[in-house]
Amino acid sequence: MSVRIGVVLFPGSNRDIDAVNALEVAGAEPVTLWHEDASLDGVAGVLLPGGFAYGDYLRAGVIARFSPVMRAVSAFADDGGPVLGICNGFQVLTEAHLLPGALLRNRGLRFVSREVEIAAERTDTPFTHLLGARRPLRMPVAHGEGAYFADDAELDALEANGQVLFRYVRSDGTAAGGEEDRANPNGSLRAIAGVMNAAGNVAGLMPHPETAVEAVLGSDDGLGIIASFVASAAERERSGSPATVRSAVGAR
Amino acid sequence: MTMVEEPVTAAPSATGTEEPLHRRLGVTDDELDAIRARLGGRDPNDLELAMFSVMWSEHCSYKSSRPLLRTLPMGSAADGVVAGPGENAGVIAIGDGLAVAFKIESHNHPSAVEPTQGAATGVGGILRDIFTMGARPIAVLDALRFGDPADARTRHLVEGVVKGVGGYGNCVGVPTVGGELVFDPSYQGNPLVNVMAIGLLEIDDLTLAAAPGAGNLVVLFGSTTGRDGIGGASVLASATFQDQDESKRPSVQVGDPFAEKLLIEASLELIRGGLVAGLQDLGAGGITCATSETADRAGTGMRIELGAIPRREPGMEPFEVMISESQERMLAVVEPARWDAVRAVCERWGLPVAVIGTVTDDGDVTVVDDTGVELARVPAAALTSDAIVHQRVAAPPVRRRAAPAPGAPATASDGLPERGMDPGAVLTALLGSANLASRRPVFEQYDSTVQANTVEGPGHGAAIVRIKGTTKALVAATDANQAVGALDPWLGAALSVAEATRNVSITGARPLGVTNCLNYGDPTRPEAFWQLSEGVRGLAEACRALGLPVTGGNVSLYNESPTGAIAPTPEIGVVGLLEDVGTRVGPGFRSAGDRVLLVGSATPGLAGSAYAALAGLAVEDGPPSLDLDRERRVQAFVREAAARGLLASAQDVSGGGLAVALAECALWADRDRGLGADLRVAVASSPAVDLFGESPSRLVVSATPRHVPALVLLARQHGLPIEELGEVSARPDDGTPARLVIELHGSGATGAAEDRGSRVADALIVSLDELRHAWEGGLARALGWEMR
Repeated sequence: MSVRIGVVLFPGSNRDIDAVNALEVAGAEPVTLWHEDASLDGVAGVLLPGGFAYGDYLRAGVIARFSPVMRAVSAFADDGGPVLGICNGFQVLTEAHLLPGALLRNRGLRFVSREVEIAAERTDTPFTHLLGARRPLRMPVAHGEGAYFADDAELDALEANGQVLFRYVRSDGTAAGGEEDRANPNGSLRAIAGVMNAAGNVAGLMPHPETAVEAVLGSDDGLGIIASFVASAAERERSGSPATVRSAVGAR
Repeated sequence: MTMVEEPVTAAPSATGTEEPLHRRLGVTDDELDAIRARLGGRDPNDLELAMFSVMWSEHCSYKSSRPLLRTLPMGSAADGVVAGPGENAGVIAIGDGLAVAFKIESHNHPSAVEPTQGAATGVGGILRDIFTMGARPIAVLDALRFGDPADARTRHLVEGVVKGVGGYGNCVGVPTVGGELVFDPSYQGNPLVNVMAIGLLEIDDLTLAAAPGAGNLVVLFGSTTGRDGIGGASVLASATFQDQDESKRPSVQVGDPFAEKLLIEASLELIRGGLVAGLQDLGAGGITCATSETADRAGTGMRIELGAIPRREPGMEPFEVMISESQERMLAVVEPARWDAVRAVCERWGLPVAVIGTVTDDGDVTVVDDTGVELARVPAAALTSDAIVHQRVAAPPVRRRAAPAPGAPATASDGLPERGMDPGAVLTALLGSANLASRRPVFEQYDSTVQANTVEGPGHGAAIVRIKGTTKALVAATDANQAVGALDPWLGAALSVAEATRNVSITGARPLGVTNCLNYGDPTRPEAFWQLSEGVRGLAEACRALGLPVTGGNVSLYNESPTGAIAPTPEIGVVGLLEDVGTRVGPGFRSAGDRVLLVGSATPGLAGSAYAALAGLAVEDGPPSLDLDRERRVQAFVREAAARGLLASAQDVSGGGLAVALAECALWADRDRGLGADLRVAVASSPAVDLFGESPSRLVVSATPRHVPALVLLARQHGLPIEELGEVSARPDDGTPARLVIELHGSGATGAAEDRGSRVADALIVSLDELRHAWEGGLARALGWEMR
């Protein structure tokens, strides 16, 4: 009996196809959650996929946050449920204030679609505990609004609390620079590619681990992130205790 | 055909001292007579005339090209063809109960007026053609052609078109996996935007665009109907294009990819639920086209209640409603019992939906107002299958000459590399040229990975998309050789087919079929029509020789501007099937020590080559010849070699010739391995021909030494010359970058390298870093882009 993971479907979501595929590869049972449903159908974890929810004409994620399903997702998160937002899903989570910071237009103001390398800052979280030894993970980015932004005080606080989950890195594994560095595809501050909340049960990242889960697609480096998320959801379902950094460590 | 100078935004009832209405709508006097004949001798009223004007436009009626298109090989069930020309897209079975739907279409004129929206709606339109058949769109390829990249207007068009293609495809969630970007002076006033879309369907879901069953409901769903795109087909697509013609902007449609995404999901849900008897997207000609085509296909008629059509704005004239090309709309034929279910699906996806009429058995498209008064009654066939056909006059030009290449000197200079010239410098210049440099700055603006099926995205020859749940993959490529087409339209078309299919075959895939977008000039000019008929002849002969069906496409004529007509551009799209994606072969070198072999042999002729363009060569010697039977054998050879696992890499020799092909094999190798090559090339005629000539049907392959004998034998079995050139080399131990070394020997070598103190008669010696720098930065430099 594989663990049931909800994939939120907003009108305009499109990486839901990738998310469903990745969850199946990771051995989970994907459950589509329609944006108008106020219930999460008892899933053990929630994945907010990439795309252009409601067209994103105003600002990415700004409308999606007000959908009925997001109220349910917020309650689920407050209760310690594991929530992973990818690309547009990350944007929605920041708009919904479930994650700190904001995603701004890319440096250069162009949509950027390319393979990047990221590294997990820590591997004791519900989203990274199965990643093993620190090494660059190759996966695609595809977004127009992916430049991570927060003011310096907030960034310092995030670093101090260990809430910076992923950074863009160069091939040698060292953190990418800002403005001029091609390894940082969108000009994110401090090369931040993904963050999590203080409780450690909600995370978001701009790159697409769910698209890099099979070698035939060029990389399966993303599978470790999806698998960690699925395992943490299963762990929480079993133990009933919130998915946190502690439980992630326990899950090892 | 009279050129339409103004958009059809004035109500047809507006008359005065100016031209009669039919001419202002682009209908000629003899066409008006033909319309009367189809109406039992009576005059059409204004609404009927407007309907005829869009449906008899070149874009909708193919009135100039239909007789030619009938000569194309359409294929049969034996080729796996499930749906061919005449349907919204070609469909070919690929086993496992699956089929692939694919088609290429142009949006040239709208893109010239408003590049971003023109290109975006081009993507939207071709995607609708795909999911109308019941297929989920899984890939897009865009073939773009512009004038001089240094020109400010060209840069504006490139920026806008790329933004339009990317913005739409990225939002709708279909990966843009390949295509072309070509610069040629002939496109200066008339850019080409051709978009190919590919979809995957279960054969049971195949849905045809017909309106069977009198009494069935005619349902319109998707966006509401507005004034945008009034007369797009007749005004834009069917008249020669006047540069900077702002007055036509109202004729350009506006695209909403978000609505399209909802339309895709709703349409596929309706089809899978078996809720629709027929489905047709609304494109050129709007409601008029969708109703008359679906009725005519089923031999039925339709009664349309004008008042029932959801509007975007008040006060629209009947003719505006009937010919509006508002985007993201679908027409469905629904049995009355299923209407509630259909409405529920559309409303769930937040799409406006309405019954706008019923299917009849009288064969007419009838438009009635709220009180039931008939506003128009026209036989459906008269608008579509029985539309007028013009027998155009074809005449070859008195004198054929290639268009001068961008930046080419006015007068022909010496052909490089002659004695004293370094062929390495020529190769570097070619790789950095606008047409051969890396396309990365453009394709990085396209989402090429969404849907998690992309095995090979843009930038490495043909695109490869795996079919989830199977071992199979689809392989796709587009190609058009306008440079040779300008010299010999037959050869240009045949070469385009050869190159597109070759690009698919070198991956190991078997080409399934061909779709084509024929971009030519004003068919009322005998020379332009001759180019079109020669192009169709080349297309037909090449497809027959390679055993491939032509499953559809579109024709774009009147591609002319005050700066002249475009070079004949038969854009060819090919889809192939790879039975086992694990056996795919890539173009990049794999490992040091692998042997490099050349299959096929060069024939003289530099005309139409990138080299000739760079050198500004006089091209009196003509382009190299094409032997279609050899082309067939070359492709059969490489597919068999791939299937038997004999190949480490395979690349074809095309733009830039052998030297560029070899450089690409090294550049496309895994960058970290830093592979180069040490090679020897026998020069028969001149170094220019052997290094940079583009004679077709040649391959560069690499293989581990133990496979070489089998490869040589296999080539002989296919009656092909094969020659070992040397081997893949590793980065030198001294830390210096890998190099591409090509020693020239044989009667044609110039001895230039000896002059530079080399031990060989002549040689091309250049570092990969140098080549990579030129190749990666070339396009951004040409367009004046700042890239990171």
